[in-house]
Amino acid sequence: MGQILLLIELKGGNDGLNTLVPYADPRYRELRAGIGVARERILPLDEKVGLHDKLEPLLDSWNAGDFAILQGVGYPYPNRSHFRSIEIWDTASAASQTLSEGWIAQAFQATHLPQGAAVDAIVADTNALPMTGPALRTIVMQDAENFLRQAGAMKDTAGMSDDGNPALRHLLGVRREINAAAAGLRDRLRATPSPTYAYSQDNGLGRQLDLATRLLAAKVPVVAIKLALGGFDTHANQAPTHERLLGILAAGLAALRKNLIAADLWNDVVVMSYSEFGRRVRQNASGGTDHGTAAPQFVLGGGVKGGLYGVYPSLTDLQDGDLKHSIDFRSVFATLAQGCWGLQRDFGLRQPQRLGFLA
Amino acid sequence: MFFRLSRRGFVAAGVSLPAMGWSGWGVHAAVPMGFDQARSLLSRTAFGATPDEIRALEAQDYESAVDRLLGNFRPQAATPAPAWIDLGPAEVRRQQRAAEAGRKPGVDGKPLQIARPVQEQGRELRNWWVEEMLVTDQPLVERMVLFWHNHFTSSMLKVRYAPAMFRQNALFRREALGNFRILFKAVARDPAMLIYLDGIRSVADEPNENFARELLELFTLGEGHYSEADIKAAARAFTGRTIDRETGGFVDRPQRHDDGEKTFLGRTGRFGGDEIVDILLAHPRTAETIVEKMWREFVSLKPDTAEIRRLAASFRSGGYEIRPLLRSLLLSRAFRDPGNRGSLIKSPVELIVGTVRVLGLPVQEKTQLVRMMQGLGQVPFDPPNVKGWAGGESWITTYTLLLRQQFLRRIVEATTVAPMEPGINMAARSNRRAERRQQMPPDEGSVQMMEPARPVEGRSLRNAGTAARLGPGLGSADSATLIRALLPRPPIDRVDASRAPGEVVAAVLLDPAYQLK
Repeated sequence: MGQILLLIELKGGNDGLNTLVPYADPRYRELRAGIGVARERILPLDEKVGLHDKLEPLLDSWNAGDFAILQGVGYPYPNRSHFRSIEIWDTASAASQTLSEGWIAQAFQATHLPQGAAVDAIVADTNALPMTGPALRTIVMQDAENFLRQAGAMKDTAGMSDDGNPALRHLLGVRREINAAAAGLRDRLRATPSPTYAYSQDNGLGRQLDLATRLLAAKVPVVAIKLALGGFDTHANQAPTHERLLGILAAGLAALRKNLIAADLWNDVVVMSYSEFGRRVRQNASGGTDHGTAAPQFVLGGGVKGGLYGVYPSLTDLQDGDLKHSIDFRSVFATLAQGCWGLQRDFGLRQPQRLGFLA
Repeated sequence: MFFRLSRRGFVAAGVSLPAMGWSGWGVHAAVPMGFDQARSLLSRTAFGATPDEIRALEAQDYESAVDRLLGNFRPQAATPAPAWIDLGPAEVRRQQRAAEAGRKPGVDGKPLQIARPVQEQGRELRNWWVEEMLVTDQPLVERMVLFWHNHFTSSMLKVRYAPAMFRQNALFRREALGNFRILFKAVARDPAMLIYLDGIRSVADEPNENFARELLELFTLGEGHYSEADIKAAARAFTGRTIDRETGGFVDRPQRHDDGEKTFLGRTGRFGGDEIVDILLAHPRTAETIVEKMWREFVSLKPDTAEIRRLAASFRSGGYEIRPLLRSLLLSRAFRDPGNRGSLIKSPVELIVGTVRVLGLPVQEKTQLVRMMQGLGQVPFDPPNVKGWAGGESWITTYTLLLRQQFLRRIVEATTVAPMEPGINMAARSNRRAERRQQMPPDEGSVQMMEPARPVEGRSLRNAGTAARLGPGLGSADSATLIRALLPRPPIDRVDASRAPGEVVAAVLLDPAYQLK
């Protein structure tokens, strides 16, 4: 059924302005006098915006037309706290609202998922909030070997009585879920070969992409997989850190694309990057940037219609020194729910925008 | 609710006592409570219980024991406070900026790791509280401090000013079992709370509704018992409350306060914050909200609405004294019902602190424990959002259950017992703890024992056989007693009571029933 959504959380708040650079805007040079990306290091996508040259590995995808960039994604009344803002994203909340269930779990409420491998979503990062909720059986595992070993140490609970104690019933139920997921994954993963193109093992994202590729190749019937790359909270001396992270992201995504094309899986997957917020337009006194608001999001996949979506937020019409969003992230989620899983969801928006980046 | 006795007769000892005496009816006679009841009481009011602690209680009369448990307590922590608690916000910010500015890239382009004061103080603060939970001789106070922290939430992640978080913790400790009215009024002036819910920004011209909204929705009435207009009125009433930039203390700025007329929950007047608190304290829902939470924390995940209303009414009419409320809960039929044992799930803090305490493990570096708490979803001073930790069944997910097992397995396999060899390294270890003990105010009846023999890192509990040396709390007990002391109900997996005590403890810690209390 449908496509598998592969989320990549860029933790700490990715600087959108130095990712997709509005190079033609003189305000950019003015506000980013020290840390702005030099003109010769920008890969222009049109006459206004271009990618940081560390993202060069993604040009294949751009040229093939399966790389969409959503510009100015954010939400009204932006919150600039890391933990609160990522919670707003992960639960598709309004800024004034505290929800506890993740947006993917919300999307699958009252649907019937096939029992399959006894797992509906896999998180290779530590934050499982987007897929947390009663509708999904979500497993968090940093690596498959370790998970299977740990699950193997846990005894089977089949047929055990909970003596009418709800806490014990819950505990035994969770243990059964772990056992079932391990049983479902064990044989599938054992039969799966290593990815054709190796991922860099010097960073967490490479290892997570390796796991994701194996899970996809093993055809584990999940609806979503979540990975993460951390370190984007660049308050001081931003440039070297940010460049390094963009390089890791681009190399990882390019290798993922090659692997999935080779395995004939590229049409079955939609990859999306996101971050809790972008960064302040004007750089700070420490050669870094502080917490901001709207930022671009990447979406890739065989079924993705490449190109730029939305409008780049104005660098002159700011709110409290920050960009005004032009796409509400919940419209992105609504588009994904429809495109990946055929689910019509509005995530609390009266009229979610149909963004059209999925066929 | 009916009494359910295990087929194995596990909980059978001492359960035939009717729950009596709490409301004054019937003649109260002193009756020994028995091992399982003593265990149950301790498991929900302390951080774990050793066989010796349970035995010390089992011969006592239940009601008298509860009264002793709720007796006098020290309103300060025993662990020495971190050095920076008197720093003002301006000074902390200056230090932070200085540290950030000095940040240089390393050879590989990654910024060098530097100690940033805000983060460093946050780490010391968490370690300080974990240390206090590990050494305290009044664990019930710590549990109540955690309870109030989870009710009147503030998070270091937002507040970013550790001295205020420390002072808020001191407030919770002072009123842990004191008076809710006093606590509530103090919280509404508390600097950490003012930062956390944007009270410091709330002025007459532009009232910020964050605190007012959570005040009504989460701290007192609950959804459905107020209107948006009530939130706006309350927000106006609290305007002008802020903190002093130099000291970080509370200040009232009358010129920024909106002293106009407000209508709040049907009453009209030129209310300030204290009047809003008084109106909320007069509303039955405020007491019900607190009692519902206490019920979930101490008694059961299943609310008994009629009983909660009754207890809330007397909480309110009795002037919001916390101690009598907790007494009623501990003496309630539901609490004492043997069928109710093992029906609560240990929080990450309880699991980790309780395990370390019961095994008597030496912990030099608290950061490791905090990291584990983070993995399991409960970092002290960092609740996930203003609602606090949801607790209950949400503590256990596929992820956290595996991590809990991993933590316990690590304790079983590597961190525990070996026969102690004289001299090695132990002097340094025990001295640190002994020093701390000496720094506690002299207190008659508190634990002032010499540093006892304690387990050390080395061989696995599981296969050390009879050579396994358990900590002082467990060392003297036989295998069958250890099972009964460490689990609230019979083991789920098989635990062979004929094995050596070390092996039995290893099996018991990994049993699912160990997650329950």
